Amino acid sequence: MAKILAVDDSASMRQMVSFTLKGAGHDVVEASDGTEALKYAQGQSVDLVLSDVNMPNMNGIELCRNLRQLPGYKFTPILMLTTESAGDKKMEGKSAGATGWIVKPFNPDQLLTTIKKVLG
Amino acid sequence: MSIDLSQFHQVFFEESYEGLDAMEQGLLDMDMVSPDAEVINTIFRAAHSMKGGAGTFGFTQVAEFTHVLETLLDQIRSGQRAMSQDIQNLLLKSVDCIRQLLQDLQAGNDPDLTESTTLKGQFEEILSGQSPVPATADKSDAPVDDKKEEGGGGWLVRFIPEVTLLQTGNEPARMFRQLADLCDNEMQVSLDTSRLPVFTSLNPEECYLIWEIRIEKTINKEDIEEVFEWVTDDAEIIITPLDAGSAQAPVAETKVTAEQPKIEDVQAKPAGAANPVSTEKAAVKQPAKQQESSSIRVSIDKVDSLINMVGELVITQSMLGQLGQNFDITRVQRLQEGLAQLEHNTRELQESVMKIRMMPISFVFSRFPRLVRDVSISLDKKIDLIMSGENTELDKTVMEKIGDPMVHLIRNSIDHGIEKPADRVAAGKPETGTVHLNAYHQSGNIVIEIKDDGAGLNTDRILQKATEKGLVAEGANLTQEQIFDLIFQPGFSTADVVSDLSGRGVGMDVVRRNIASLNGSIEVSSERGRGSRFVIRLPLTLAILDGQLVKVGEEIYIFPLVSIVESIQLDDRAINNVGGHSDVLQLRDEYVPIVQLDDVFNIEKEKRSIAESIIVVVETDGEKIGVVVDELMGQQQVVIKSLEENYKRVDGISGATILGDGTVALIVDISGLSKMSGTSAKILDGSHKAA
Repeated sequence: MAKILAVDDSASMRQMVSFTLKGAGHDVVEASDGTEALKYAQGQSVDLVLSDVNMPNMNGIELCRNLRQLPGYKFTPILMLTTESAGDKKMEGKSAGATGWIVKPFNPDQLLTTIKKVLG
Repeated sequence: MSIDLSQFHQVFFEESYEGLDAMEQGLLDMDMVSPDAEVINTIFRAAHSMKGGAGTFGFTQVAEFTHVLETLLDQIRSGQRAMSQDIQNLLLKSVDCIRQLLQDLQAGNDPDLTESTTLKGQFEEILSGQSPVPATADKSDAPVDDKKEEGGGGWLVRFIPEVTLLQTGNEPARMFRQLADLCDNEMQVSLDTSRLPVFTSLNPEECYLIWEIRIEKTINKEDIEEVFEWVTDDAEIIITPLDAGSAQAPVAETKVTAEQPKIEDVQAKPAGAANPVSTEKAAVKQPAKQQESSSIRVSIDKVDSLINMVGELVITQSMLGQLGQNFDITRVQRLQEGLAQLEHNTRELQESVMKIRMMPISFVFSRFPRLVRDVSISLDKKIDLIMSGENTELDKTVMEKIGDPMVHLIRNSIDHGIEKPADRVAAGKPETGTVHLNAYHQSGNIVIEIKDDGAGLNTDRILQKATEKGLVAEGANLTQEQIFDLIFQPGFSTADVVSDLSGRGVGMDVVRRNIASLNGSIEVSSERGRGSRFVIRLPLTLAILDGQLVKVGEEIYIFPLVSIVESIQLDDRAINNVGGHSDVLQLRDEYVPIVQLDDVFNIEKEKRSIAESIIVVVETDGEKIGVVVDELMGQQQVVIKSLEENYKRVDGISGATILGDGTVALIVDISGLSKMSGTSAKILDGSHKAA
């Protein structure tokens, strides 16, 4: 069981991600944008961060950059949920310190397979 | 693990509608010359979220359409393309189109794709036209390149990470474990420590090791590449076939050359491959019939306050319970206090529950800027829309039903009210006309005003039209209010030319009827050359009604207070018998048909003369009727219970309520009663014979 921080401004995506992960026995904390996620992360560490890219207030790239500044998040896997299949967004994510990405649309099974890559 | 995605559909739809509203709002507010970056970002994000959600939840049609929208918006966002009026129009049309698609999908129907296909074509035209960048985005839809390489006898993978690899959270051990899973542990990993610095200059956060993995099993090269997908830019990965000549993979044999794998190719593949699979799978799970917006969003504050109150109620209840266990007369005081507290709790709870259904009227108002813009463009008029009181709350059910009447009134104001710019200037008014929407609470009602500074109602023309249509007698002498009232009569339309906008057969009579069905009223006031003002009054909720209790025989009925004009006690002289079986009341200069409630509802009671009775004059659909009752009782707010659900439909009755003493009282449906009284000649006739 891992503790996962799921960040997305879309409630339906958040619910889907959260439901899937909880169903697989994980502990999920939800945040609706980067600011909220960062605030949570400043208090405690998690095993994995799943974040959308496009969000109000603080987007996923900025969140990633900010998280990497936190001592507890130096090596924490951060996966970006992105719809851009083009490479430049992924590159931007990588250079901000993201571990990898999951391309939307994805289904629950794909999500679970992907996070297995970075957990345990 | 399989998860039913349809459970998230409702949230997706609601969220998408909100997104569309935000897009629409943003587009309307947008300054075409120097658009605000944040506004464009908001619009982009809305389209983006919708695309992501639609793809995930299997609404391919929406996902495909929002994709072109997003591509264009992204170009605008990154400054590659300027915003223009044309683009704005196209985007607004798309908002409508997506909304329609979503509504179809939500209802479980196959959406009509004609509109979206047309619009999509227009987007693609713009995008391909003077596109600054070659269209790249659609590539992911293309079938994945079928170039499958197979290592006949396995693969040799040399993994040379950048020293910074660990800092992105990537862990080589995890990748090797994945590889091990792929080849059922038939692999050997050897370590190359040549990069390792001397201990004193070793940074524990960096990765100096190089690995070489010998995979001794026939697996797809892509699968290996996928394992390293995220680190292709942080590492050098060289994958070479172990034994190129093996006969195990005859088809792929020729392709297994010494060609160096191109790492850039690797990136997009798993993404592209994931696409068709997920959409196909999810498309099967089309939503079963879904109820039309059956949920509401309630702010946490409201829920918290409810929980709080229920808590207090429980405390009061346990207090009363204790009191009852060993009660003696000395504790009556305590009991009374307890009951008072219970009443207080109950009332608060009722109010809070009502508040859950209350939403700010901005949900209705928000569609009007678009309406005003579209209508004014099509009519070549300049109009400012001013809105105030958007936060005024009203019941959700009322809100859903008030939208259409308001659309009609606003269209009317723009079409008939506001003059053409040239005419306005000639009349000494500013070129731009104003339509003002306002909402506020007033004594348990919500009041909505629609005010324009246009030409005002033309009383002469209204009177002339009404005379032509036979609504009033030739040469009738009417007050200004009576003339204004004519526009609400069925079959009245003043538009000289039947325009596209107003006058399509839906007249003001329908507006009034719709409002009346919500137990509301509409009034108009107007001044020639200065403008008109429509005032709609509605109850805050349909669950509670301000009622007048009346007694007929032993029965108590409730009349909605809004429909009562006056209650009078008259002597027999005011009653005239028309045609031998219908009574009419001469009320000042009007004749009002009389309905005996006891006859209509078959109540056994002693006949009284009209003089002993009270006549309640009620108005519905602009028609008055006088209802004869025995006694007027108090006025009070009653909670409406559905008669259909609890019993069955009864003509002339709109519902029931439970009074303080536990008896059931029926609520009279005034317009139903009026219709019944239209045929009541028969009823009256029968009863007269019997009497």
